[in-house]
Amino acid sequence: MTTTSVDPAGRASDGGAAGPGPAAPARDGRRRRNPAGAARRWTAIGFAAPLLAYLAVFYAYPLWRNIELSLHDYTVRAFVQGDPAFAGFEKYAEVFTSNAFGPALVNTALFTLVSIAFQYAIGLALAVFFHANFRLSGVLRALFLVPWLLPLIVSSSTWAWMLNSDHGIINSVIEAFGGTQINWLTSPDTALTAVIIANIWLGVPFNLVILYAGLQQIPAEVYEAASIDGATAPQRFWRITFPLLRSVSAITLLLGFVYTLKVVDVIWIMTTGGPGDASLTLAVWSYREAFGTGQPDFSPAAAIGNLLILIALVFGFVHLRMQRTWERS
Amino acid sequence: MITRSHWKTVLGTLFTALMLFPVYWMVNVSLTPTGDLRRSDPNWFPTDPTFEGYDAALSQQLPALGTSLGIGLGCVALTVVIAAPAGYALAVLNLRGGRTLNFLLLVAQMIPAVVMAMGFYAIYVRLGLLNTVWGLIVADSTIAVPFGVLLYTTFMAGIPKDLVHAARIDGAGPWRTFTRVVLPVSRNSTLTVALFAFLWAWSDFIFASTLNRSGEFVPITLGIYQYIGNNTTQWNAIMATAVVASLPAAILLVVAQRYVAAGVTAGAVKD
Repeated sequence: MTTTSVDPAGRASDGGAAGPGPAAPARDGRRRRNPAGAARRWTAIGFAAPLLAYLAVFYAYPLWRNIELSLHDYTVRAFVQGDPAFAGFEKYAEVFTSNAFGPALVNTALFTLVSIAFQYAIGLALAVFFHANFRLSGVLRALFLVPWLLPLIVSSSTWAWMLNSDHGIINSVIEAFGGTQINWLTSPDTALTAVIIANIWLGVPFNLVILYAGLQQIPAEVYEAASIDGATAPQRFWRITFPLLRSVSAITLLLGFVYTLKVVDVIWIMTTGGPGDASLTLAVWSYREAFGTGQPDFSPAAAIGNLLILIALVFGFVHLRMQRTWERS
Repeated sequence: MITRSHWKTVLGTLFTALMLFPVYWMVNVSLTPTGDLRRSDPNWFPTDPTFEGYDAALSQQLPALGTSLGIGLGCVALTVVIAAPAGYALAVLNLRGGRTLNFLLLVAQMIPAVVMAMGFYAIYVRLGLLNTVWGLIVADSTIAVPFGVLLYTTFMAGIPKDLVHAARIDGAGPWRTFTRVVLPVSRNSTLTVALFAFLWAWSDFIFASTLNRSGEFVPITLGIYQYIGNNTTQWNAIMATAVVASLPAAILLVVAQRYVAAGVTAGAVKD
């Protein structure tokens, strides 16, 4: 079993999970120096040309503009006229020394780590549960995809209404059981918890689908042998399922991390990062600086964005290394 | 054993119901009369259903739905046109530097959308592409193109070499081989890529809310967002719009469930 890359066909919009990318196909290394070979090479380049042009214009150029934004002092006026003053790393220093930096960093860590821990645990439990085929299991598993397919604005606004202090169903249930009203989205103590709950809900389907696919790769004979040896269900899980799922788990968690890191919509729609900075993550902070207030401040926003890219890049390399290791083993 | 399997079905149904509760709640609220919305103990069932929410939603949001449909289809076309030949170059024509390209595509998927949004904003503001549907189609396609290329590459690498060789022996050039052999064989991949490209473009909020904030044609996601900002009292109308905006996802799940699952696990695990 080789794990290549997963693309959490992601909630591209940065939602809970994102999409997986298949791995590089095996390529034959022989290079023949003949005219036909040269012609084939040019043909290959020709077919790839639209993609190469696309990546240059719609990926590299925006990213380069983003770096440029972070190194200049872009005001709205400078934006339109194109004459910003060069600022060097000043904007980065501003970000690091800002009062929001500490909370944003802590919130980002909590939001991503708590989200993926629960998404993974619940996803794995459900995958094991659904793995034992029973009546309707296929249909029910398909229904589990629904949260992941809905537009984030739809699920986020539904959660926001469910968590509404006075008219939300969740508080209504809590009060029915004798609890007191919780100001989920408006209290600094619970805002982060509230968005994490919604985000866990969003990410479970992705974890379930990937881990379920991983489970199906474990040969049935392994389990048969184990049950002949008299292994109990927990033993089967901890001694067989869990270790054999190691590589799939690693990839799921890694991609979960990278995709949760960049979530903006869920938080922005539910709390706009507030109250105050209570649910502000780095990605939301970046969005807020650039687009969230009447006073766009693109330079620090771009600096925060580049910081996020740097973190994602580190994990991209980790991903590649893990993939290489598994291909070798 | 039969009883045990039944017991699992019951439990599984319970889990699914729990998971889908927010979806049910969205539908329930969308059918609630405005007067009942502000009760502190909400109605669990739409005992007195009203379609006033849907009336309001459809009368105000129909153009936005049309815009989203157009953007989604444009995004599908752009994604397939770029990704399919690239997959062919990588998987069948053994493009040199393919490994590097694959890595770049992987990294591309990790870039936060908010960063791309800022880059596009800076470019569009100079080109006058802000608040245009075309600008949004291009921006939205950046979500799907890397995924599409990787999906096509994985699938096309699995096409038997004999098939390609046979076409070549019959005198077909690379272009004919691509259009007459490889593309038809890759039909399912095209469906999966198209499906996700559409769904992502339809669901996009970040690009819409940054690049098309005051455009003449706003997509439905932004329609809902502006709705929330404008009339927080009419949650039945907001939820009705949300239900309507969820329809493509629901339809695709019913019609093309196989392809959805294929997309999620694309290349995740294989022998």
